[in-house]
Amino acid sequence: MPSVKTTPAQYSAMAKEAVPPSPSFKNIPLAFLIGGLICMLGQGLLNLYQYWGLTLDRASGFVSITLIFLSALFTGLGCYDNIARHAGAGTLVPITGFANSVVAPALEFKSEGLILGLGAKLFIISGPVIVYGLAASWVYGIILMFMGYGGMK
Amino acid sequence: MAKKLGRSTFLLEKHPAILASAAIGGKMEGEGPQGAYFDTISNDAQFGEDSWEKAEGRLQQLALQTAMQKAGVSAAEVDCLFAGDLLNQCVGSSYGLQQFEIPFVGLYGACSTMAESLMMAALFVEGGLAKRAAAVTSSHFCSAERQFRFPLEYGGQRPPSAQWTATAAGAAIVGCGQGVSVNAVTVGTIRDLGITDANNMGAAMAPAAASTLTTFFNDSVTHPADYDLILTGDLGQVGRDLLFELLEKEGVRISDRYHDCGLLIYDRDKQDVHAGGSGCGCSASVLCGSILRQMAEGRWKNVLFMATGALMSPTMVQQGEAIPGIAHLLHLKA
Amino acid sequence: MFWEYAKAFLIGGLFCAAGQVLIDYTKLTPARILVSYVVAGVVLGALGWYTPLVEWAGAGATVPLTGFGNLLARGVRDAVDRDGWLGVFTGGLTAAAGGITAAVIFGLIVALLFRSKEK
Repeated sequence: MPSVKTTPAQYSAMAKEAVPPSPSFKNIPLAFLIGGLICMLGQGLLNLYQYWGLTLDRASGFVSITLIFLSALFTGLGCYDNIARHAGAGTLVPITGFANSVVAPALEFKSEGLILGLGAKLFIISGPVIVYGLAASWVYGIILMFMGYGGMK
Repeated sequence: MAKKLGRSTFLLEKHPAILASAAIGGKMEGEGPQGAYFDTISNDAQFGEDSWEKAEGRLQQLALQTAMQKAGVSAAEVDCLFAGDLLNQCVGSSYGLQQFEIPFVGLYGACSTMAESLMMAALFVEGGLAKRAAAVTSSHFCSAERQFRFPLEYGGQRPPSAQWTATAAGAAIVGCGQGVSVNAVTVGTIRDLGITDANNMGAAMAPAAASTLTTFFNDSVTHPADYDLILTGDLGQVGRDLLFELLEKEGVRISDRYHDCGLLIYDRDKQDVHAGGSGCGCSASVLCGSILRQMAEGRWKNVLFMATGALMSPTMVQQGEAIPGIAHLLHLKA
Repeated sequence: MFWEYAKAFLIGGLFCAAGQVLIDYTKLTPARILVSYVVAGVVLGALGWYTPLVEWAGAGATVPLTGFGNLLARGVRDAVDRDGWLGVFTGGLTAAAGGITAAVIFGLIVALLFRSKEK
């Protein structure tokens, strides 16, 4: 004799009701602010590197590398997650979020060794980003070929 | 011998007693409202070890050691050990407790493990299979996080329904003698009402809690009013609300005598734990710390302790399966 | 000068705010959101819509992960133009090489120097 008669369908509706909503009124402005600031920092670096004589493309590449470095450093110092707790997508969406998702598992799984721990688990979170990003670009390449854009020099 | 009521409730006629208990907590647990009731608070979450798993082993070791000390018994005088934790292969228990060389039964009941182990210890003593038996349970935020969720330094945002795994352990020595006695137990049944959200354990466990509680009331022919306190393990805010709602439909009201260890262990206004505490160390440390002490001091005479567990496997959740829940109940009498 | 920064802030902030909406109102996990952003970046780059945004917002468009996707699309386009079928296979990873190598190398160094801390 089942002692509780509520059905899964009824319960699913009850559970939805019971969960407090995310505090979006706070989350969204914070994500906007922190994410915007990270991009502004990127713009500052971009201008600086161009001022130092790099072309736009090269400067842009070094901006990514610098932001990845900063994100890795803050992750290592143990404060990236404290910022991210408040910033949400503000620290997830910029390239810094990608870097954090590479560095955090590397740090965490170091205890299982340098090869099967650190080395093997480095891409455990960020792997799909590279897999599907590359797959999408490959599909785009195929389409370009069939559209006759392929050169061969 | 235990008397069987209904299908899964056992009335213990020898009234095995909890001779002594101990609670160990981490820094955050020490800063919470239960801080004063811990036997030891460690500000070092590593407990002097070099991995989180070994740190959790130390937690269990400390808890059992302290409980045995308080009961005035040596490891050789404990006939059987029931222990478990949240980690794969229950490594917190097996690595932490092997040095005691007590016959060992490893248990996995997710966050229900304190009730599960205490129930087994009481049944062994009741059946005369052990003169003294021990129940030990722990959880550690850092080891649980890396196994079930994300690396510690990963920058993620927890949804409001998420709960915070307590870094804590509890141990109890059961035998014949003075102390809070175990009067009856109800073995829980697995309940699954289709919750698939791993960030909403409270909702996954509430049906099992409702089921075990109504089973116990039916089997024992008692009512909520017969008890001073009904204490669940770690339903948290969301699970508590759902439990009330489920019981309301069965015509059972418990809200005037209800507490949840997950809501007791942290100050949710000051500590960033969202829906409350969780992990088997949460209910273990609250029971073995404040509840048993306050029962001994006479604050409560009849307590129903029901630890709930979400039998969550990351593999099954990723395969799209729902999270089954379980709840075991003990009727404790001062 | 001021406008440059304001535009980067605005567009970068909007990309992040949109991500937060996805976190708060859908069941999408952070990993899924990142994958969607990169793939969206490739698609927008392929359609040629992302380049004008980069020209207007600078780092506001290149720093979010959609910018990484756009970089992949551009890499493939250039490589296909230069190497044909071989470019289909080499373009994406070549363009992404700097970011991925930086993340791996800094990840390795940081993991060797630091350890994860209690929370």
